Amino acid sequence: MPIHTILSTSGEWLRGDGPQSHIVVSSRVRLARNLNGFPFPGHAKKTERVSVLECIKPAVESLPEMADAHSVYSQDLSALEKQVLVERHLISREHAAKGLGSAVVMNKKQTLSIMINEEDHLRMQAIRSGLQLKSAFKLIDKVDSELGDKLDFAFHNQYGFLTACPTNVGTGMRASAMMHLPALVLSEQVNQVIQAVNKVGLAVRGLYGEGTEAMGNLFQISNQTTLGEKEEEIITRLNKVIEQIILHENNARATLQQKKPVTLLDNIGRAYGILRYSHSMASKEALNLLSYLKLGVDLGFFPEECRMQVDELFIETQPAHLQKSTAQKLQAEERDALRASIIRGRLEKLPAPAPKSAAPQEPPAKPDDKAKD
Amino acid sequence: MNCDVCKQKPATVFLTQIVDGKMQKVNLCEACSKEKGVTDPTGFALADLLLGLGASQEMEKSTVGARCPACGFSHADFKKTGRFGCAACYDTFADGLENMLKGMHKGLEHRGKVPPRLLKAKLRDEEMKKLQRELRKAVADEKYEAAAELRDRIRNLENEAHTAS
Repeated sequence: MPIHTILSTSGEWLRGDGPQSHIVVSSRVRLARNLNGFPFPGHAKKTERVSVLECIKPAVESLPEMADAHSVYSQDLSALEKQVLVERHLISREHAAKGLGSAVVMNKKQTLSIMINEEDHLRMQAIRSGLQLKSAFKLIDKVDSELGDKLDFAFHNQYGFLTACPTNVGTGMRASAMMHLPALVLSEQVNQVIQAVNKVGLAVRGLYGEGTEAMGNLFQISNQTTLGEKEEEIITRLNKVIEQIILHENNARATLQQKKPVTLLDNIGRAYGILRYSHSMASKEALNLLSYLKLGVDLGFFPEECRMQVDELFIETQPAHLQKSTAQKLQAEERDALRASIIRGRLEKLPAPAPKSAAPQEPPAKPDDKAKD
Repeated sequence: MNCDVCKQKPATVFLTQIVDGKMQKVNLCEACSKEKGVTDPTGFALADLLLGLGASQEMEKSTVGARCPACGFSHADFKKTGRFGCAACYDTFADGLENMLKGMHKGLEHRGKVPPRLLKAKLRDEEMKKLQRELRKAVADEKYEAAAELRDRIRNLENEAHTAS
C-alpha cells in the first residue's frame, strides 16, 4: 500500500468509538524487543543496523496481521510525512529522526505499527480507540509471539527481554492511555491527580510522550516499571487507576455544572468565539480551545452530531497534517492563518453553546413574575 | 554479598576488569578495597553510578573498568547515554546492575512472558537453581542420601540442557 494512502486516511483509533471514549482518547501498548548477537541500534554501525533491518523487515511483513501493510524505509519518507506519522502516534519522535538503517511497517487500519531500529531493534505498538488496553495488549502480544518464532529475541532468564535502556527491561512493555481531562484542569485538581498517579508508580506525560508539554488538556498515563510484574498485572493496575481518573473527571464535570455553570459556559463560549472568528491561530492555542469545544460536546452544549468534526480538528490542525493537505511547506505565519481558516470553515454551522437543560426547560414560573403580568 | 577477600564484611566495591579478553569480577568491602590499593575513584565510576551514590558526577570519564567483550561498550559509554550496547552488556555490567534496577522496577525477577521456544530452558534453569539450593541444605544438614539423589537429578538436568543446546 502506498504511503499517501496511509497518510490520507485516518486510523481506526481516530474514529473515537471505543469504550469511555469521551475521556479516554486512545489506548496504546508497545513492546520493545532486540535480537541476540547484534549490538543495540544506538551502539551499532550502519552496516550492522542494515543487516538487522534486512533480517527483521521480511519477518514483520510476512505476519498475517500485516497482509495489507505499508512498509517503508526511513530514508524514503520526507520530513513532513514522518511528522504526520508522529502526530498520529504511529512512530515516535525519536524514530522520525532516523534515516538509513531504520524502517516502519504499519497495517492498513493503523492499529499496528512496528518500528525497526528505533532505540531497540523492534518497537511494536498496538493502538485502539477509547479505553481498550487489554485488547491492544492481546493484539500486540500475538504479533510478538509470531515474531518470536521467526526471530531470536534477546531474553535473559532473570531479567526477561533485554532492552537498550534498563528502564524497559523485563516485559519491555509500555502501556498508555491518552486522557482528556479538561474539568480536572479547570477546577485545578489535575496536579493532585498527577501526584497521586506518580505515587503508585505510574507516569503522566504530555501529548507526544516523554518530556512533552500537556496541550489541549490531554495527558498520557503509562506504566513506569517493566520488571517484576506480569504484563497482565501491569495492565490491570493501570486500568484501575485510569478508571479512577475517569471517575474524578466526571465528578469534576458534574461539580462545575452545578457550582460554576457560568464559568463553564464562559470558557466554552469564549473558545467557540475565538475558534469561529480568529484569522491566525497557533497549534497550541487551537488544541487548548478545541479541548473546551470537546468538553462542550460531552456535556451536551453542542449537538452530538458535531463530535466527529471537533475530534477531527484536533489532528487536522497539527502542523504536519495542515501542510499535508496543502502539499507544500508553509511558514509559521501562513500555517497559523491556514489553521484558523480551516477551523472557521469546519465550525461554520456549529450553533452557539447552550446548556443542555436550557432549551427544553419550561419558562421560569416564579410567583413574582406572574404578579407583574 | 560478602567481600571476596575477608569474606566477612558486606562488599561495597565491585570491580570488573578485562585482562587479555578475560573478564574478572571482584567484590570488595570498604576496608579491603583500601588495603588492596583500589582507591583511584575514577576506577569506580560504574559502581558509583549504578549504586546511585551520586559521586559519579564528579568523576572523570574512566578508562579503566569494564568493557563488554561482545560489543566493546564501556561503562563510560553507559554513563553518557544511560543505554547498554548489546544484550551481553547485561552480564558484563551485572555487578551493580541489580542495585540500579531495584530503584527502577517493582522486582528483580522477570515474571512476565517468556518466548515459547525459551520456556523450557527457563523452567529447567529455575528447577536447577532450586535443586542446588536443596542440595546445599541437605549437605549442611548431613542428609547424604537425599543429597546424592539431588545430585543425580541435577546431573540429569545438565545432560538435558546439553542435548537441547
